[in-house]
Amino acid sequence: MADISCNFLGIKSPNPYWLASAPPTDKEYNVVRAFEAGWGGVVWKTLGEGDPVVNVNGPRYGAIHGPDRRLLGLNNIELITDRSLEINLEEITRVKKNWPDRALIVSLMVPCEEQSWIDILKRVEETGCDGVELNFGCPHGMSERGMGAAVGQVPEYVEMVTRWCKTHSDLPVIVKLTPNISDVRQSARAAHRGGADAVSLINTINSIVSVDLDAMAPNPTVDGKGTHGGYCGPAVKPIALSMVSEIARDSETQGLPISGIGGVTTWRDAAEFMVLGSGSVQVCTAAMTYGFKIIEELNAGLSNWMDEKGYKTLDDFVGQAVPNVTDWQYLNLNYIAKAKIDQDACIKCGRCHIACEDTSHQAITATVDGARMFEVIDEECVGCNLCVSVCPIENCITMEQMTEGTDPRTDKPIDPSYANWTTHPNNPSAVKAAE
Amino acid sequence: MTTNAGSRPDIQSNRLAEEDYSKNFGDIHPPLNTHEALVEADRCYFCYDAPCMVACPTSIDIPMFIRQISADNPKGSAKTIFEENILGGMCARVCPTETLCEQACVREEAEGKPVKIGLLQRYATDHLLEAGDKVFERAALTGKRIAVVGAGPAGLSCAHRLAMHGHDVVIYDAHEKAGGLNEYGIAAYKSVNDFAQREVDFLLSIGGITIQNGSRLGEEISLADLRQNFDAVFLGMGLAGVNSLRAEGEDLEGVVDAVSYISDLRQSADLSKLSVGRKVAVIGGGMTAVDAAVQSKLLGADEVTILYRRGQEQMNASEYEQELAQTKGVSIRHWVKPNKLIGEDGKVVAIECEHTETKDGSLVGTGETFTLEADMVFKAIGQNFVAAPLNGSAEAIELESGRIRVDEDRRTSLGDVWAGGDCIAGGEDLTVAAVEDGKVAAEAINQVLSA
Repeated sequence: MADISCNFLGIKSPNPYWLASAPPTDKEYNVVRAFEAGWGGVVWKTLGEGDPVVNVNGPRYGAIHGPDRRLLGLNNIELITDRSLEINLEEITRVKKNWPDRALIVSLMVPCEEQSWIDILKRVEETGCDGVELNFGCPHGMSERGMGAAVGQVPEYVEMVTRWCKTHSDLPVIVKLTPNISDVRQSARAAHRGGADAVSLINTINSIVSVDLDAMAPNPTVDGKGTHGGYCGPAVKPIALSMVSEIARDSETQGLPISGIGGVTTWRDAAEFMVLGSGSVQVCTAAMTYGFKIIEELNAGLSNWMDEKGYKTLDDFVGQAVPNVTDWQYLNLNYIAKAKIDQDACIKCGRCHIACEDTSHQAITATVDGARMFEVIDEECVGCNLCVSVCPIENCITMEQMTEGTDPRTDKPIDPSYANWTTHPNNPSAVKAAE
Repeated sequence: MTTNAGSRPDIQSNRLAEEDYSKNFGDIHPPLNTHEALVEADRCYFCYDAPCMVACPTSIDIPMFIRQISADNPKGSAKTIFEENILGGMCARVCPTETLCEQACVREEAEGKPVKIGLLQRYATDHLLEAGDKVFERAALTGKRIAVVGAGPAGLSCAHRLAMHGHDVVIYDAHEKAGGLNEYGIAAYKSVNDFAQREVDFLLSIGGITIQNGSRLGEEISLADLRQNFDAVFLGMGLAGVNSLRAEGEDLEGVVDAVSYISDLRQSADLSKLSVGRKVAVIGGGMTAVDAAVQSKLLGADEVTILYRRGQEQMNASEYEQELAQTKGVSIRHWVKPNKLIGEDGKVVAIECEHTETKDGSLVGTGETFTLEADMVFKAIGQNFVAAPLNGSAEAIELESGRIRVDEDRRTSLGDVWAGGDCIAGGEDLTVAAVEDGKVAAEAINQVLSA
């Protein structure tokens, strides 16, 4: 059986699943329940300095639902821990002592003053925790006070604070990045320059999850007003995967350990983050939706997949997909694929036809010899995959590569060689290079 | 089942405890609540040129009304339904969806579980009827007047569409209440809480439609007079005749016409006062046979048997209806015909039956007989069109296979007379088909009158 134990920055945990810094990790009570359920580690909910922050007493969450109210996206306006620093530190100390085999990272957010960081790091070190995560990501509330995303959005601040932490503490430092920037690599590079041991991403995305059309105010609405909050859950996974991959393949940050975060709900989501370079993954919304028991599926699914693929340890596959993430300009323009509809599987809903007919390439029939039938017209099909995406039946439509003959759309013979945009005659830059 | 004829007939009322009546005759398909409707609506694939829509005789835009439910717009959804089928509320209850839209649903092909279109249609239409919103406005008044004979689904549908186009309509109906078979002919558990009348009220709320109850064609009114006094006439009077068994003993006490029994049941204010036999036999294989059989059982009959002269596939009652009968405890015997009703003291006590088979394409008895005890026998072998009231007053209207001949526009051989519903030839004898007839005829009448 596969070994799913995790060693991230020397921090060991029985599995790669940590609960992200969030409400599930705000108290000893919750964290102990998580460890009893089998979670590999937690990032304790963000600690601050001075008097605890105050949260709103109305709704803190808004949601996007799919069919049958399946939670697809969650947004929150909660702040960092609103409990006293002393109680948190005391509980962290006790939990780490009682659960030595689990990863316990402490999330921190204090003002951008060196002394503030020196003070809190000193107190956190005394808990015996395994490391700290710098919360440079919170998009709401704290950012208005010059912390959270307000720091994460300025690479110079990211580098400066990271360097303070590395200077004043021996603890491993993980820098948590905000997605609310135009190029996540800038923040990652800054963290790297500051000496970060790892980055974790993504924090939540700035969002208004919905608008109450009766109250004329954003949800969640507190006494008639709403504010932007942090978006998370399955809906943000694609954004997170892309950002993780950008950092994993960037020449400056290549090899920098990554803790992947963003909509991990099943083992497969976790595996996807890991093959794109995440050494561990953090989970929050799925636990907040279903409770801690989901760790059993996360563990069993990953282990089963590793056994099927012959991976013995996490290292065998972490980062394996990174080399296959490339820039558009390097995609093979000689690769030709055509959609193919399995007529036995087809239930004749016609969605492929109308999607192609109305919005794409007019490459799928509605009738053949007068009868309702959906067939791909190879002469028109550009292989875009829209039909596959909208078909309600799995594997009914597949994209089949053409390896020989002539592409009936272009009447050009299939070229088995690789050719990309950088050398394409229509590329003005390519022409220039040839000159 | 086969016993000596001669045990005492036992037809009586009040067979059940009071609460069992309301339980047995409650809504057969409880309506979906909002969450259930949203979950079910999400199952719809919004198909292109949707097969369900093609299968619907009134061409309701089913994917659109379901999408409107999904999008939290049940009122708009109901409007989408009513635009094509103003009796969409009743059709949601009585349509054999399993042979129409739901059979065509691609999820039926995919997984054998079609989207519950009928229940979703009911959800939307109930919503609008309960809200009481007015969704249809009349066009500018034309001053044209149309007479409609029969306030059943065909006549009501025709009248509503004509009123929408700005015409004034007078509906003549022989009964005390409007609704036709919706009011008098459908099993009680399919239309609870006086739904047929509520739907009529909703339909009439558009204005411009007057109903004259107690007006029977050939008696209080004549076709010649209507043609003279109105700009056009629509005939939707249904089928007045009941097919006879042509078997000895048909006039014995206890031999009942199923259609009038169902009508009595629907109009009964107190079901416990309705008499039913202990051993009931129903002769026939259509919806009426099933409705009579199931309701006899629900009224407390011990044994109910449907006797049908052909096989299961030939039954007009849908497979779903047959299953419903069986799950309610009705036995269905195929390939059996009644030869003779056996009586004692003028009351029916048993039926002498003969097995049947098809030979050289025609149905014949095998000569093998048996006796089935029965103290109540329902005749449910179909109805026929009674043409006499049409004629005598003017030139004759052409018939085809015993019913009124119409063209594609539902126009009869008389240029100013249209017809629809069960009284026309080639129909399907379905509520939804009658609604479509009325709608098509109304559009044709409007076109002619606007020319």
